[in-house]
Amino acid sequence: MSNISNKPHANWFNRRGWRDIIIVAPYAWLIAFFVIPFIIVIVMSFAKTATESPPFAFLPEWPYIRFETYIRLFSDSLYIRSTFISLYNAAIATLLCLLIGYPMALGITRVNKSAQRLLLMLIILPFWTSFLLRVYAWIGLMGKNSWFNQLLTVIYNAVVPSSWEVTGFQLMNTNFAVVLVMVYSYLPFMILPLYANLEKLDMTLNEAAMDLGSRPWQVFKDVTLPLSIPGIIAGGLLVFIPASGELIIPSLVGSAADPMIGRVIQQEFGSNRDWPMASTVAVALLLLLVVPLVLYNHFEARAGKAGGT
Amino acid sequence: METEEQNTESSKAGFIRIESVTKKFSDFVAVDNVSLDINKGELFALLGGSGCGKTTLLRMLAGFESPTSGRIFIDGQDMAGVAPYDRPVNMMFQSYALFPHMTVSGNVGYGLKHEAMTPAQRQDRVKEMLSLVQLSHLADRKPHQLSGGQRQRVALARSLAKQPKLLLLDEPLGALDKKLREHTQFEISNIQYKMGITFVVVTHDQEEAMTLASRIAVMDQGVIRQIGPPSHIYENPSSKFVAGFIGSINMVGGEIINVKGDTVEVLAPTLGHSLQVSTSSTFSVGEKVSLAVRPEKISISRKRPATTANLLKGTVQDFGYFGKDSLYRIKLPTGHLLSVNTVNAQRLSGEEATATWEDEVYLTINRDAAMLFKGDA
Repeated sequence: MSNISNKPHANWFNRRGWRDIIIVAPYAWLIAFFVIPFIIVIVMSFAKTATESPPFAFLPEWPYIRFETYIRLFSDSLYIRSTFISLYNAAIATLLCLLIGYPMALGITRVNKSAQRLLLMLIILPFWTSFLLRVYAWIGLMGKNSWFNQLLTVIYNAVVPSSWEVTGFQLMNTNFAVVLVMVYSYLPFMILPLYANLEKLDMTLNEAAMDLGSRPWQVFKDVTLPLSIPGIIAGGLLVFIPASGELIIPSLVGSAADPMIGRVIQQEFGSNRDWPMASTVAVALLLLLVVPLVLYNHFEARAGKAGGT
Repeated sequence: METEEQNTESSKAGFIRIESVTKKFSDFVAVDNVSLDINKGELFALLGGSGCGKTTLLRMLAGFESPTSGRIFIDGQDMAGVAPYDRPVNMMFQSYALFPHMTVSGNVGYGLKHEAMTPAQRQDRVKEMLSLVQLSHLADRKPHQLSGGQRQRVALARSLAKQPKLLLLDEPLGALDKKLREHTQFEISNIQYKMGITFVVVTHDQEEAMTLASRIAVMDQGVIRQIGPPSHIYENPSSKFVAGFIGSINMVGGEIINVKGDTVEVLAPTLGHSLQVSTSSTFSVGEKVSLAVRPEKISISRKRPATTANLLKGTVQDFGYFGKDSLYRIKLPTGHLLSVNTVNAQRLSGEEATATWEDEVYLTINRDAAMLFKGDA
């Protein structure tokens, strides 16, 4: 206590007012823009649809609420299927992001500081153009007559026997397209936390492992990989969570027959005007995503304890 | 008999040969044409200030850096192009570099994964190493649960586990507090003696080097200034740099005014006096020299001694009592300050205390005690 108050710089923060404002501000934000709206969503999920505006109403007598939408969530295969497709696509995209992003992040840590800054700039550079624009660019790339599709076709035809040859790939409106564009869009969210983690690792640990007889691959397996697990988890969740709720990518390049859950929510709110059902799906999605988050925090706390040095 | 003895002697000598090794980092010459032989079973210290090239030399022995030119042999084998993981060398890192995600025994046993050993043999070796550093009871702890001294011993056990031909220690005691240092110093010497492994220690701490090592190489600006046993380097430094680097010293400029056999007379204006100094080097009259005397080699008394040779008079300017010894700063009539160190061998009662502030004292510098270096101070 006494040595904190001795530091003049720490004093302004210790005056009650400032400290309280700084602590309260993020909570106020969270309550105003997340907790209250979400409570409204939860309440709506127990209502029924109505023709007037807003298009939902509560039952006129006790118990005023109904659970019909929750029953429908499990009885109508659309919701379960779209949930599975969402989780599946998100999982594949996360795995691919990890496989592509890990070597990139590791590579960035192994060059000099100014090259590191340049490479990180390049990683962040796509954010300077509109996300929608980039997805539309992919639509152009994936069309049957695009050079990208033609290139894939030529490579494919060169490898397979002539009876398997194709004139072009159906890329648009497939799950493949969704995963491809999601990997492209979310790759920076994998690379940046991985880089932050790998950059902190003490290179003398690698030297120590090498000194004790480990070849470079073993050094990676025994030292770098286990110590980067917190970065893998952080990057994985930053990709997986938004990917599983993704709306724009599946809407623009995905297949209508295999909808992802974000698209289902949008349809229920929009064209179906079934706000209670949309709310129910949203609640279900949030629960699905909160579970990994809680797991993440658990891992973080454990990693914080283990990597105390 | 005699030839056999000679053979073992010659195989011991030059166990590690460093042959005119130079290491450049772009324009900076970190190690400049260093040649050095280290004997088998020796505890050798590379001593020098930061940036003197000692760590670069150590890293070249470990294989983390390769020489720009020159060659390194370990036990007769040329180390050029041999990767760190293929060298019979282990290193104890200054930061210890313990693997934070492994237990103490996991750390100690890590290097044994690559040895042709059964799991049982491996376990036995880990146990043996842990008992060697007295950490058997902490085998399942993680490094962050250990104190600094315990981590240091884990690092030592880990680097010894593979029984390397050569163990490199980078500032092994640097991070320990004073009490622990003294204890660990002897522990390292004992372990080295027990295992018979050749140790090369890098340190900037001359006390650490002197207590640990059987031989010391003093390095400065990528060059080895002097090699020898600690006592030799302390008592017979070959240059002003070594004299000033090892221990504390009073150094003044002077001029030879008389040469008589192996004794020369030096006029030192800052002392306001001339001194008789015996030397093995040859000097000629009129030559500029630096005169150096270690503080403990000057005797101090309040009574005027019988001799008049090499006698200086001064007043006590500053005085520190450290229990086993006392340190004085004596102001000479010329204004120059001399450091004098006396061992408090006798127990004193209050009345007859030794010289204290503002006392007039007499200093005698034995003619064997002073050292002469060519060139002005």
